[in-house]
Amino acid sequence: MAANVFDTVQQALVPASGPGSLSHGILVLLLAPAELLPTVQRLKGEFAFDIFLDVTAVDWLRQTPRFEVVYHFYSTLHKVRVRLKTRVDEADPSVDSLVPLYGSAAFMERECHDMYGIRFRGNADLRPILLYEGFVGHPLRKDYPKQQEQPLVPYRS
Amino acid sequence: MDAPFRPIPNPVRSIFEGTLRDDSVIVNIGPSHPATHGTVQIIAELDGERVLRTDVHCGYLHRGFEKECEDHTWHNLIPYVDRLNYVSALINDFAYCDGVEQLMGLQITPRCRYLRTLLSEYSRLVDHVTCLAAGLMELGAMTAFLYLVMIRDYMYEHLAALTGARVTYTYGRIGGLARDLPEGWLKRLEEILVQYEDFITRVHGLVDRNRIFIDRMRNVGVISTADALSYGYTGVILRSTGVPRDLRKDTPYLAYAELEFDVPVGIMGDNYDRYFVRMREMDESVYMMRQLMEMLPDGPINVDDRRCTFPDKPLVYSEIESLINHFKLVMDGPGVPAGEAYSAHESPNGELGFYLVSTGGGIPYKVHCRAPSFVHMGGAHLMLNGGQLADIVPTFGSINMIGGECDR
Repeated sequence: MAANVFDTVQQALVPASGPGSLSHGILVLLLAPAELLPTVQRLKGEFAFDIFLDVTAVDWLRQTPRFEVVYHFYSTLHKVRVRLKTRVDEADPSVDSLVPLYGSAAFMERECHDMYGIRFRGNADLRPILLYEGFVGHPLRKDYPKQQEQPLVPYRS
Repeated sequence: MDAPFRPIPNPVRSIFEGTLRDDSVIVNIGPSHPATHGTVQIIAELDGERVLRTDVHCGYLHRGFEKECEDHTWHNLIPYVDRLNYVSALINDFAYCDGVEQLMGLQITPRCRYLRTLLSEYSRLVDHVTCLAAGLMELGAMTAFLYLVMIRDYMYEHLAALTGARVTYTYGRIGGLARDLPEGWLKRLEEILVQYEDFITRVHGLVDRNRIFIDRMRNVGVISTADALSYGYTGVILRSTGVPRDLRKDTPYLAYAELEFDVPVGIMGDNYDRYFVRMREMDESVYMMRQLMEMLPDGPINVDDRRCTFPDKPLVYSEIESLINHFKLVMDGPGVPAGEAYSAHESPNGELGFYLVSTGGGIPYKVHCRAPSFVHMGGAHLMLNGGQLADIVPTFGSINMIGGECDR
């Protein structure tokens, strides 16, 4: 069942995505940033991937492009997951926002923007969500020191 | 001399730049409000008692979970994942361990598989009891609250007899469990389940057809199926809108494929449906636990794999290979091959996912938790807008946002 869906998805999307692979029961597709939005549109419209589960990024420091933005989708019809990955460079870490397609994108993209500084074009509300206004830097980047402190309330001396 | 007064900058910038109408007013609720259980801030624009629009902020409990994970061995993260959803910590443990086991290509032993399933259902029961008890108390149902919390305390004590802790158990291990069941544990479990059934019947009697309860819950905090799917809702809230999506049925993991159970769904997607779906799910959990108590096989609870399982203590003291093995596991961490995995378990709140990236070795490159509470907060305004100010509290309670998991 799952394998059939994956075959169909792969056949339909391979021209855009290149070969996919199966990782622990999840179909993984690597995309160019420009192909992300059209691919997700087709995943949602043609293959019933109706839940946008998660977006996060992986910081491959000293590689180019540096950031890998990772998306997970789920289909309540086929009961399978798909993972999309796209690489963006440090100089312009921006991808298209999925807000026009999924409501859940708004909050999850805010978190990813907080943590990695990925800019989501089309998400008008990228205010800090887990961090606070005025926080400098993106803490989950590998070059953000773990011990660095930015107290909002000054410590008593 | 006193230091000069310097105002602390506001950590939150509201999205509202002004009021929609001349006679409406913007109020701030939280982050520490006595009536909401959870550290969340809701900026609401009100027309009298009616909520026009809301801006929900979380993050007040953010403690850098994912950053901290990148600095410790895979084993050392187990106490951290406990503190995500601290009401059902065992499910976090098992979901995380499942992800690492996928990366390592491990197959857990049959006894461990059934025990994890049993304890997952036990955790779900505790979580739902807690959520319902708090939700009912917020509506003034003090008796129901005391009944449920009393039962919950029996369960906490009982889990403490197994794991040594009441709330944050640290009981999962990569490739197994911390220890096997103590003597007489299953007998006591059956006693607790019988008492649970007695008290849950009383709660049904007190609440289900109670006029006040129905007036406060029916058609309050409604979310449609389309909105719930679009906003990534999973778990009880999605099922309350009528979608029977349950990972235990859809993509069975652990021993769920061998169990018989129903997936209760609601009709309207309102607070009353969420209450009832939780009540029904607890019955199903008890049904599953009774099946699992019958099915539980004997045998080892840990896989026999030197990459992750600690050698027996007497061997550590008597032979050099075991001593080195123990030392390497503590100092370097388990040998997890490079790769990535996403493990998803059906937590009491919805899909709890762990996205793990390993570059090989004992320390993770990245650990990301797909927390259902956080995603649910992203659509909370849909359930709050248009309702009454006083309904924010029960609606928020029925979403069951857990700060530790939401803010990580």
